[in-house]
Amino acid sequence: MKRAVAIIPLVLAVIVGGFFLWGLNPNRDPSEIPSVLISQPAPSFILGPVPGLDVQGLSRENLLGNPTPVVVNVFASWCVPCRAEHAVLSALVERDGVRLFGINYKDQPVDAVNWLQNLGNPYERIGLDLSGRAGIEWGISGVPETFIVGGDGTVLYRYVGPIVGEEAVSTFRQALRQAGVLEERS
Amino acid sequence: MTPELGHFVLALALALALVQSTIPLFGAARGNLLWMRSARSTAFGQVVFVGLAFAALMRAFVVSDFTVLNVANNSHSLKPMIFKVAATWGSHEGSLLLWVFILTIFGAAVAAFGSNLPETLRARTLAMQAWISVGFLSFLLFTSNPFERVFPPPLDGADLNPLLQDIGLAMHPPLLYFGYVGFSIVFSFAAAALIEGRIDTAWARWVRPWTLAAWISLTAGIALGSWWAYYELGWGGWWFWDPVENVSFMPWLLGTALLHSAIVTEKRDAFKSWTILLAILTFSLSLLGTFVVRSGLLTSVHAFAVDPERGLYILGLLAISIGGSLALYAWRAPMMEGGGLFKPISREAGLLLNNLILATATGTVLFGTLYPLFLEAVSGDKISVGPPFFNGAFVPMMLPLVFVMGLGPFLSWKRADLVGVLQRVRFVVVLAVLATLAIWYFAKGGPVLAYLSILIALWLFFASLREWALRVRLFEVPLQESIRRARNLPRAAHGMTLAHAGVAVLMIGMIGSSVWKSEEIAFVEPGTSVNIAGFDVTFEGVQRVRGPNYIADQGTLRVERGGSFVTALKPERRSYPVAQSTTTESAIRSTLAGDLYASITEPSLDKAEESGAWTLRILYEPFVGLLWLGAAMLVIGGSLSLSDRRFRVGAPQSSKARSTKPVAAE
Repeated sequence: MKRAVAIIPLVLAVIVGGFFLWGLNPNRDPSEIPSVLISQPAPSFILGPVPGLDVQGLSRENLLGNPTPVVVNVFASWCVPCRAEHAVLSALVERDGVRLFGINYKDQPVDAVNWLQNLGNPYERIGLDLSGRAGIEWGISGVPETFIVGGDGTVLYRYVGPIVGEEAVSTFRQALRQAGVLEERS
Repeated sequence: MTPELGHFVLALALALALVQSTIPLFGAARGNLLWMRSARSTAFGQVVFVGLAFAALMRAFVVSDFTVLNVANNSHSLKPMIFKVAATWGSHEGSLLLWVFILTIFGAAVAAFGSNLPETLRARTLAMQAWISVGFLSFLLFTSNPFERVFPPPLDGADLNPLLQDIGLAMHPPLLYFGYVGFSIVFSFAAAALIEGRIDTAWARWVRPWTLAAWISLTAGIALGSWWAYYELGWGGWWFWDPVENVSFMPWLLGTALLHSAIVTEKRDAFKSWTILLAILTFSLSLLGTFVVRSGLLTSVHAFAVDPERGLYILGLLAISIGGSLALYAWRAPMMEGGGLFKPISREAGLLLNNLILATATGTVLFGTLYPLFLEAVSGDKISVGPPFFNGAFVPMMLPLVFVMGLGPFLSWKRADLVGVLQRVRFVVVLAVLATLAIWYFAKGGPVLAYLSILIALWLFFASLREWALRVRLFEVPLQESIRRARNLPRAAHGMTLAHAGVAVLMIGMIGSSVWKSEEIAFVEPGTSVNIAGFDVTFEGVQRVRGPNYIADQGTLRVERGGSFVTALKPERRSYPVAQSTTTESAIRSTLAGDLYASITEPSLDKAEESGAWTLRILYEPFVGLLWLGAAMLVIGGSLSLSDRRFRVGAPQSSKARSTKPVAAE
């Protein structure tokens, strides 16, 4: 009996070690795998609208067949950088006519509605991703994250983190230009 | 030339470690004194050689020798000297060298201070320590040579990540490693005891100071890391349940359990195989930490550059050391049981409960940390486990622990008089309840769990003081008599009171800063005013300031309360041209009641830039300062205990000291 108990730690350690061995597989990269969406088709997802908000939900269908690439932004009211980024995105929509879709990630609908009412809503459509399921499909590593999706549903570009600050904004604008959303600046 | 010398002495150290890992073992098996004693000289040799290698690497950083790849990647000629020195352990290779250096320091310390150990135990302990040395030295030499040259050498270095150029973080790895690696000695002691097949109260007495020393460093290291995250990352949080934080927290939890179970082994000759198991597992978790950080197994913000080959090598080391020691345990542990019996209400039972809860908590953190990996392996799904799980699973577990912690020191060994104990603590209960009600009256609102936690923290605080007061018979006898008694009390007793009270203080800090935190985020222009927690904060504008290797935008905030000037806060946004990144330097006004915390981010819009608008993030965190105070009390309490005469080397135990302390100190 004592012997059986004494062997338990070893057995557990061996099991955990087995998982580690599997985890070291060089083809596996815990932070990278889902982000190789670049030049891959956007994942299929269907998200309902945010209750209490007069904006339609978002699914993969909505990203298809657009004449110019569109921007998909993952945001949440609890995410502080999103608040700063909101102004940048709003400006892109207002001044440059970029089409912006939102994925409201793991957010309470009431908070999201308040947030958008306070700051204004630049999004054409917003899908509520309460479970974070779509976020996993898109392989986001945090909020905010922003994608540029082409008319054929291909992910053209991914920006991780808030598009805030001179450098970030110009990087993102450059990506928009390459995707053909913005005109090349003279 | 110096880097090559460094490389060469590392190889010499490996050779010595190989000798030390075998000869003393044979010596101990055959009773050959000469072979056993060889461990002493090889342990000293190792520390000298590895120390030389470490000095050689540090020299390369200090003189900015960019022909060394490691220096070119992690340093820059304009960097302040202190961060050049700290960059020595800023990379994977350098930090590993530091790891091994500390390992050999502990080995040499056992060789130097272990003269009162039995010859065979010391020889075997040092041999076990050498096994670990061999593993890590070969890892360093074969996969992560810190002295690799680069040709052609770059004109200047790529600079260390600016986030890491901070005094708090410069000291964080050495302290953490002293903790991690310190547990290696306890591990070696445990393995040696298993080989000997014998463990007694003397063994526990030798092990305790080493455990305590490692625990103190680990506590300080974790607290420092948490403090750094608090002021440097710019959003006022101090713990994120990130995998890398968790892997440093698990050895701490289990080390705390070990600290307490070793007391039972020492005083009552019980919990023997459990103490051994804890000793093995604590160091195993330290190794696991090293493995997780360096293998890229889990996603974390802390990870070093990832290399699967290195991961595989460390996994091999883990398999040998953890698998080997646990196999040894499975074989030998059943042979050594027995020891003192005790009743359900006794100090042993209290410490048993302490151990059970701490071990369960460790298991919970381990499971939460590794769950994403398990799930991905089994189902292919990828998830992350975040604060909600840990807060939900971990916090409720800690409350009963803290409750028992207040009660435990009142209990006597073997069989405690519960009625008597309750009589002694009833005022403590009343006091804690009244104080909680007072807080509830002033704070108005907040979750019930917060008040329950406060109640239990206050209970612990007052109970610890009460227990100390009982020992010195405060207010029962004239004050002078109490002072005399306090002087005669073993330092370990003072240490325990201080550390236990420190946990209570720490808890209040945690609760206050997470439950009653207020936060404002605003776009501000010069003249904009923000109101938070009774303070009026006015943004006065931004100035450009030049540092040695960065350019900063420094904001000025006027803080007023009720119309009168309180302070000016100057948060900065620093940009490092060479490393091409920016950091946030928050400005904090700290008082015991709470911190006013401000950070700024650059304007996000062209038009905002023209008008000079900035994103201002301002927080008020009540009692957050108590976190660091509590951590300091833990460290000081531990150090007091460590300086107790019983632990001091060669200090003979006077019979008087023994007879005047009927209650054991911990």
